[in-house]
Amino acid sequence: MSKSKSMIKKVTGFRLFLPLACLFLVLIINVIKTPSFFNITIQNGVLYGYIIDVINRGSELVIFAVGMTLVVAASGGTDISVGAVSALAGAVCCFVLSGGEQSTDFYHAPYLLGIIAAILIGMICGAWNGFLVAKLRIQPMVATLILFTAGRGIAQLITDGQMIYLRVDHFKMLGASIPGVPLPTPVFVAIIVVILTYILLKKTAIGLYIETVGCNSKAARLVGLNSTMIQFLTYTFCGICSGIAGLIITSRVYSIDANNAGLNLELDAILAVALGGNSLGGGKFSLLGSVIGAYTIQALTTTLYAMSISADQIPVYKAIVVVIIVTLQSPEFQKMRKALVAKISSGKTVKEAA
Amino acid sequence: MNKIKKMEGNQFLLMITILLFVVMYIVGIVVFHDKGFTKTQVFLNLLISNAGLIVIATSMTMVLITGGIDISVGSVVALTCMLLAWMMENKGIGAVPAVILVLLIGVVFGLVQGYLVAYMKIQPFIVTLAGMFFARGMTAIISTDMISIKNETFLSWAQAKMYMPFGGYVNKKGIIVNPYIYPSVVIALVILVLIFIMLKYTKFGRSIYAIGGNEQSALLMGLNVRRTKLKVYVLDGFLAAFGGFLFCLNTCSGFVEQAKGFEMEAIASAVIGGTLLSGGVGNVFGSLFGVLIKGTIETFINFQGTLSSWWTKITIAALLAFFIILQSVFAKAKEKKK
Repeated sequence: MSKSKSMIKKVTGFRLFLPLACLFLVLIINVIKTPSFFNITIQNGVLYGYIIDVINRGSELVIFAVGMTLVVAASGGTDISVGAVSALAGAVCCFVLSGGEQSTDFYHAPYLLGIIAAILIGMICGAWNGFLVAKLRIQPMVATLILFTAGRGIAQLITDGQMIYLRVDHFKMLGASIPGVPLPTPVFVAIIVVILTYILLKKTAIGLYIETVGCNSKAARLVGLNSTMIQFLTYTFCGICSGIAGLIITSRVYSIDANNAGLNLELDAILAVALGGNSLGGGKFSLLGSVIGAYTIQALTTTLYAMSISADQIPVYKAIVVVIIVTLQSPEFQKMRKALVAKISSGKTVKEAA
Repeated sequence: MNKIKKMEGNQFLLMITILLFVVMYIVGIVVFHDKGFTKTQVFLNLLISNAGLIVIATSMTMVLITGGIDISVGSVVALTCMLLAWMMENKGIGAVPAVILVLLIGVVFGLVQGYLVAYMKIQPFIVTLAGMFFARGMTAIISTDMISIKNETFLSWAQAKMYMPFGGYVNKKGIIVNPYIYPSVVIALVILVLIFIMLKYTKFGRSIYAIGGNEQSALLMGLNVRRTKLKVYVLDGFLAAFGGFLFCLNTCSGFVEQAKGFEMEAIASAVIGGTLLSGGVGNVFGSLFGVLIKGTIETFINFQGTLSSWWTKITIAALLAFFIILQSVFAKAKEKKK
């Protein structure tokens, strides 16, 4: 009896329990709704299927979530500018490659230059956010609000309010697939970003530093960590991630629409982090949890689309999911649950004693 | 002594804002005097087109003073407009019951958000972020098409011009045309004054400041922090719906993309008006000037003619950055004094 109880406790206490449980729940609903959910077919040497679609479409979200996880862990705040920054990065990339023309069939500048420009602009945006948060001690949400408001405006300034089309097959590869490779390219990009970040966090002490700063930045400073620098770096890193995601988003549609690129993705990224079992108050974090969370969100989105719910209406369901998750996570709810459990178990012991 | 200095610092921020507005307006008069920027009506138009935003910015200021934030307001405005249009046009409900119903929905919305923030202790930002997406999504669920309001009662409210007894000018036909405002402006300003009085002179208002200043001390002082916060969010939900109603009087329509980015404008107005984001400090009149500055920038862009609308966003963001940095410098200076 008690053994099974402790077993349950162990399972539910496992850090990744919540994200995995949610993912399974969404997948099971999907299988019941559409039995062909796990079917994978091969067309023109590329894998097709719902599940591939989820993994493919979830790539940007995973990249966003990686950056967001570190920001949340180090500063206890969220970076709401990621979507706007990705649009800006995409705009810069397109502008560089198209040489300022609205529609082009060939590169006006080396491809690599476009990539570097996008990542660099992401980095600069991240550094600006980091400067405001870490150095000037401004609340993260408000500091990133500036770029959230201005990012798309600046992007439109660069593109002159027009969409820039890059009809080059080579440019589409990043968002679609490389000939001869069965899986879409974004999947590999996401995996590379996750693995590199994971190695960076686990093989060096940076991961530990971030957790320490997130738990208590003053204490971290007293033990000799440069809290300001670490927070600054997490925001810069988040900016880089936004830049990379922006490249994928742009490449998918081989054009940039500054108004809509990466729209509302900041919510999804925050949601992924929360769903991954990470406290939004900072401190301990699990990168893997966020990645699972991101795929769960994407699966949820795909499911809702499959249930023919329009893109405008999806936020309602996502909002409900967020509220449920954060309520379950909140310390007040935990207290209430514990009090309830204690009441029940004390009632039992009284009965047993009698 | 310390208190006086603190007040000076905050007053200083407000002074900068007012000065900025005056300077901007004078610049506008100098640059655009040939296009009629000097007319009283131009100034009144600032109030007319921003009546809803004034109410929203006022309630945002109140929430910011508690140390919280509400980014759902823009979506609530859209939901309000859509509900009003949908109820009056598609369901044939009268204008008065429709407005009352919408305000009630605002209260319920605030109640849920307030409960989650105050009693579940979830970060206000996350709660209202969810609220923002919920309200926007609900708007889309009601209707994805644009609904124009043709209800006569409603339109009569929207078009009731109130002429000013002064500031008129003689038009080409030689008739004196007095500048006018709509009732929505008067209502918005009355709400602003009421909230100002509430914050300054009532027990509830003072406890809002106390909680924002230091929640722990407020709790130790015996204030009911949770209930006060809940009340603030309920009032905020009500005012968001009310702001939406005033906004709707201007646009007379409901559609999904309406009032997008409204929350950012409200927050920016409050911050530009000297409200500290860390809570405890703020003045609704500052927020009024914040709104007016935003309106002036828009008027500039309208008058200039060739600049695109995204310049508004960039300028507001730049102003926001400037004021936030200024605040942080003040905060650091205060810390050093201690």
